[in-house]
Amino acid sequence: MSMDRRQFLKIAGLTTIAGVGGPAVVAGMKERLLEASELVDVPGRSGALTAQRWGMVVDMSRFRTEADRQKVIDACHHIHNVPDFGNPKDEIKWIWPETYEHAFPGREDEYMPHALKEMPFLVLCNHCANPPCVRVCPTKATFKRKDGIVMMDMHRCIGCRFCMAACPFGARSFNWRDPRGKDAQGRPFIRKDNPEYPTRTIGVVEKCTFCTERLAKGLQPACAEASNGGLVFGDLEDENSNIRNKLRNHFTIRRKTELGTSPSVYYVIGGTEHV
Amino acid sequence: MFEKALQGNKSYWIWIFVLLAITGAGFLAYLRQFTYGLGITGMSRDVSWGFYIGQFTFLVGIAASGVMLVLPYYLHNYKKFGRLVILGEFLAISAVIMCILFIFVDLGQPRRVMNVMLYPTPNSVMFWDMVVLLGYLILNVIIGWTVLGAERKGTPPQGWVKPLIYLSIAWAPSIHTVTAFLYAGLPGRHFWLSAIMAARFLASAFASGPALLIILALIIRRVTRFDPGREAIQTLGKIVTYFMLTNVFFLGLEFFTAFYSGIPGHMHTFQYLYAGIDGHDKLVPLMRISSVLAVLAVALLIFPKIRANEKMLALASVAVFISLWIDKGFGLVVGGFIPNMFEKVVEYWPTGLEMLISLGVWAIGLLVLTALYKIAISVKEEVEL
Repeated sequence: MSMDRRQFLKIAGLTTIAGVGGPAVVAGMKERLLEASELVDVPGRSGALTAQRWGMVVDMSRFRTEADRQKVIDACHHIHNVPDFGNPKDEIKWIWPETYEHAFPGREDEYMPHALKEMPFLVLCNHCANPPCVRVCPTKATFKRKDGIVMMDMHRCIGCRFCMAACPFGARSFNWRDPRGKDAQGRPFIRKDNPEYPTRTIGVVEKCTFCTERLAKGLQPACAEASNGGLVFGDLEDENSNIRNKLRNHFTIRRKTELGTSPSVYYVIGGTEHV
Repeated sequence: MFEKALQGNKSYWIWIFVLLAITGAGFLAYLRQFTYGLGITGMSRDVSWGFYIGQFTFLVGIAASGVMLVLPYYLHNYKKFGRLVILGEFLAISAVIMCILFIFVDLGQPRRVMNVMLYPTPNSVMFWDMVVLLGYLILNVIIGWTVLGAERKGTPPQGWVKPLIYLSIAWAPSIHTVTAFLYAGLPGRHFWLSAIMAARFLASAFASGPALLIILALIIRRVTRFDPGREAIQTLGKIVTYFMLTNVFFLGLEFFTAFYSGIPGHMHTFQYLYAGIDGHDKLVPLMRISSVLAVLAVALLIFPKIRANEKMLALASVAVFISLWIDKGFGLVVGGFIPNMFEKVVEYWPTGLEMLISLGVWAIGLLVLTALYKIAISVKEEVEL
């Protein structure tokens, strides 16, 4: 039987679709050769959570204690292998607390309640509808997905840090040193390795991804899951969604809306009883 | 013509080997950065660009300033610049090479640098910056080499060079405009978000570049038999004077807008740079030196009689160069990050290794410049003597 190039390619393609090529992909995933962005965003994968525009409401009334906040931060940072270098200069963080005056600079009022002024708001990437980081990236290593998530391709990033200069929310961190390394005492920077998520390499930028890898499996973002209802995650374009319900019934604010980036993260400050 | 760079007296070779030694030291420091990461620098999450990008920004200005010789010579037929124009073009080549190297050493993943070309992204100003810088480098290499070659043979340059020269005149302001756009289009960085940024960049470029050329011309006159011409140097002095005044004026406009409007975000960085915020004042001494030198330079330049004295002109040129080097090579870039996006002050200071790598890049630039100038001057000496 003779087979020309065209036929060969057809058969090769069909066998891949039929799953013969599958084991290689699975092996690649096991060895964590694939980047996060390649593992997700598979259209039509059964059980995946989808939306037109993902967004989040941070309900501050549910974050009364440091433990409430830390639980959420730990969930995110552990699952995503976020390293801890133990110094602010090299610091990498995806979600963390900032007091009102730092999270919302220019919005503090002179005689506002002290408790509010000092209240630590959880901040993270805003997944802006009009993201300046995406606009400036010279390699499309950071890009906006159809569902509104601003995503990173850690394999394409050249580490120029233009996105860090452009982000008005300080949401981006850079791997100033090897996150897979160890400190002087031999303690690894990634305290407890999560083998299901890629670690990063030296010299690339990273940030919150709204847990695209979990959405693909039908799971809520890790922070939302750990938040006990404090973080409401959902589709901003779906008027019947939980998040829209929350936005309908509460007064919310967003960070630096005057810059026109249109953040997708909203904040409920809470009624007076919470302040 | 290149063989001219390989023939020189003892002091020429000492100079070359000193530069090679500094380059070598810078390279070793870079190897350390390559393995450890950019953590060896003073940069942080909050001040994510520092000395490297500052030097890059300043040097784009030096590169663009070559046009201050090319334009009067070719568009206005200002013959006095005939002996200097090649020095301007070759300075541009050396400056662009340094620009590219400073960007390169600033990359977290230098091995992926070709991604900028593999995935061209026209909405990124950095993509365009690469396009204009490479274009400008190629233009100046072709023009400089061809014109010098023709001069050596005693013939007028080939006809096809003329359109390229006119193109390079239009191209020069573009490299610095695009570089200004790296900064001037970012929401939330109030210090940079100024419509006058590109104009300010050009003014400071056309002051600092010709100031450097004056210094170089005076050195060349001293160490070679080639004299760039007193009148040409005086004309450069005039160019420095006008653009330095323009630059100071533009800076004044920034101060007015920030402080008369009283909008906190617009004032913060100026306060940080010139007075310090809450005791954070690492950059204040530098910025004050820059201001004092700017005032000194203007005072020396503005009076034609003082400027006519070449020693005074040299002093003024050094003052202009250092003043603008601090202002643009340091304050402008670092200042944009302070205070940070949370209105907290996190300071920056370059580390020893960072400075060593930067010195290495400067040494490479000076090597290129020395070799090119050696060739140009040898040709001119050969033709004239």
